[in-house]
Amino acid sequence: MKVTLFIPCFIDACFPKAGASVVQILERLGHTIDYPQELTCCGQPAFNSGYWEETRPVAAKVLARLKDAEVVVIVSGSCGAMIKNFYPELFKDTPQEADALRLSAKCYEFSDFLVTKLGVTDLGAQFPHRVTFHDGCHGRRELGLKAQPRALMAAVRGLQLVEMEEAETCCGFGGTFSAKFPMISSAMGEGKVASALETEAEYIVSNDSSCLMHIQGLIDRQGKPLKTIHLAEVLNNR
Amino acid sequence: MSTTPAAAEFKKEATTLSKDLTHRAFIRGALKKYEVARDSKKARFQDWQQARNAASEIKWQAINHLDTHLADFARNLEARGAKVHWASTGEQAREIILGIVREKKAKAIVKSKVMTGEEVHLNDALEKAGFEVVESDLGEYIVQLRHEAPYHFVFPAMHLTRGQISELFTKELGTAPTNSPEELTMIARRVLRNKYITADIGITGANFAIAETGMISITDNEGNARLTCALPKTMITLMGIEKVLPKLEDLALFLPMLATAGAGQLMTGYNTMYGGPKQPGEADGPEEFHVVLLDNKRTSLLASAEQRDALQCIRCGACLNVCPIYKNIGGHTYGTTYQGPIGAVITPKLRGLQEWSHLSFASSLCGACTQACPVKIDLHHHLLQSRRDARAQKPVWWEKLAFQGAAILFTNAWMFDLGMKLGRIGQIFHPLIKGTPLDPALAWTKSRELPKVAPETFREWWNHRK
Repeated sequence: MKVTLFIPCFIDACFPKAGASVVQILERLGHTIDYPQELTCCGQPAFNSGYWEETRPVAAKVLARLKDAEVVVIVSGSCGAMIKNFYPELFKDTPQEADALRLSAKCYEFSDFLVTKLGVTDLGAQFPHRVTFHDGCHGRRELGLKAQPRALMAAVRGLQLVEMEEAETCCGFGGTFSAKFPMISSAMGEGKVASALETEAEYIVSNDSSCLMHIQGLIDRQGKPLKTIHLAEVLNNR
Repeated sequence: MSTTPAAAEFKKEATTLSKDLTHRAFIRGALKKYEVARDSKKARFQDWQQARNAASEIKWQAINHLDTHLADFARNLEARGAKVHWASTGEQAREIILGIVREKKAKAIVKSKVMTGEEVHLNDALEKAGFEVVESDLGEYIVQLRHEAPYHFVFPAMHLTRGQISELFTKELGTAPTNSPEELTMIARRVLRNKYITADIGITGANFAIAETGMISITDNEGNARLTCALPKTMITLMGIEKVLPKLEDLALFLPMLATAGAGQLMTGYNTMYGGPKQPGEADGPEEFHVVLLDNKRTSLLASAEQRDALQCIRCGACLNVCPIYKNIGGHTYGTTYQGPIGAVITPKLRGLQEWSHLSFASSLCGACTQACPVKIDLHHHLLQSRRDARAQKPVWWEKLAFQGAAILFTNAWMFDLGMKLGRIGQIFHPLIKGTPLDPALAWTKSRELPKVAPETFREWWNHRK
């Protein structure tokens, strides 16, 4: 299958290993990767800040490039929700609405693509660590992801998943919210980290690097004994 | 951020309280108990999701045919001798109630929990006019003694410890200090029993209004609503027009749903229907029964095709109880009658978009509220829509400029690429200004470390491997 990748801006810039892991995993499964380098951002920061007018040129570029793809894999639940769920909303009653809906139907968040579309769970990975999983809100509640990442982790040799009580509670990132209301955002993140620490896990794993960026930022500042890692990197560890 | 006085006050309070670890632990602890209770009661529903679907559909139909349901409700209720009043605004509601109270030459008024009363500042108006008003719900009574607003529209005094309540009673009522919840309740009970007996007028809210039978349904856990209705000679119910349900049988779903979603109970302690004043041949009940139907901009919410479902709200408070924002900033910070996600959705509609849109921005859009709402209001998406409406109407100039700039950057990958290269240089020098007022990332770096631009970005990696 020819898989068109959407690499979010923060993965491109700060967490390239997550993107590279996705490429390597999909290539090992025999797929061809199409990476549209002209795309950078899905437009979510402007969209969530209320500036839909300023979002449209960014989203239109993504839409135009991806609409004819065979299948699109997005390395983030949050950007996935933006493209899959919110583009049709953004382009409602415009000539691009039909394209947005067409694109929506063939968009998959990475873990969802593996499990739901390809029916693959065992990638031959090993990760001999005690981990806990953070369900990013967009992945969990906009895209309905819960079982997919867990099915993938269950097949990783040596990986011990200990669920934290607050697995589904927001980490407090929330995009521009994290800068508009930094203290609320950080307080929420502290709750998340505390819940993860209770599990005595070494790693917080998630399929959303944006959440992990915020969580890792808090961990580093407060010197907590925890690390964060994207699910794709775990699955690519052999 | 636009800075209306309400927004500035919100940000100040939120910043202070979110750092308060005692407050954080206390509220989380209280709501954890709620969650455990709620989940065990939810399990008693044959199918909670189907119940939500049904409740949402019934309420949706009800608000979409509000005109006929309200007319039926009023007609059926008046047929039994009640008087129905229509108030377009909060001021009208206050005037109607003041008019009744004056006509009855009332001396004392007792109220059970009336959130619409908070909404229209009824107590202030009554007290200014020289009437004594006593709240009979224990939590409301406590916050009334403290001269503060309810902290949560279902649990008004949930922010207070037993010790604080004991101190308050000692100071205000002269009772001996105690740490026992039973004794504290008994203190309030002794005071309140006297109030019921001496009150001329009882004022209540309504949980539901049944169009088919012209009845009001009130639920409470302390019996205070019953006493408020039964003992004074005149009963006044102030309720929002959205409270109407078409049929009596709808309560079979809504009463347990309200109890479970709202308080983690199977059923609320007392569930009572009121259908008018004392009828001929009946031994007790109020001699006069007035119902004041309050609009107060609810019809403008009804006019919004996109957010109309917010009128489905049954004020259970489930969205507050699961909201990570509420848990960290508490109820008073909102500065609204209705706190939490539902408050953030409806307040801009009821009290002004520009003045209250900051509540829609103070959310990570996590969707926990939408998932918890028993009547399936699309809460977090409404926050997103309010943001759009607020900024389309009145953009913040520098934000607009920044996002216009970002659009150019993001649609020209070479600029983005260049930006990353510059970022890699910039981050070498960033420690020099980190955390100072010169730091462009100060909002982030005050409490968190910044992520670093990787030595090799994804696109660089991609191009190198080819």
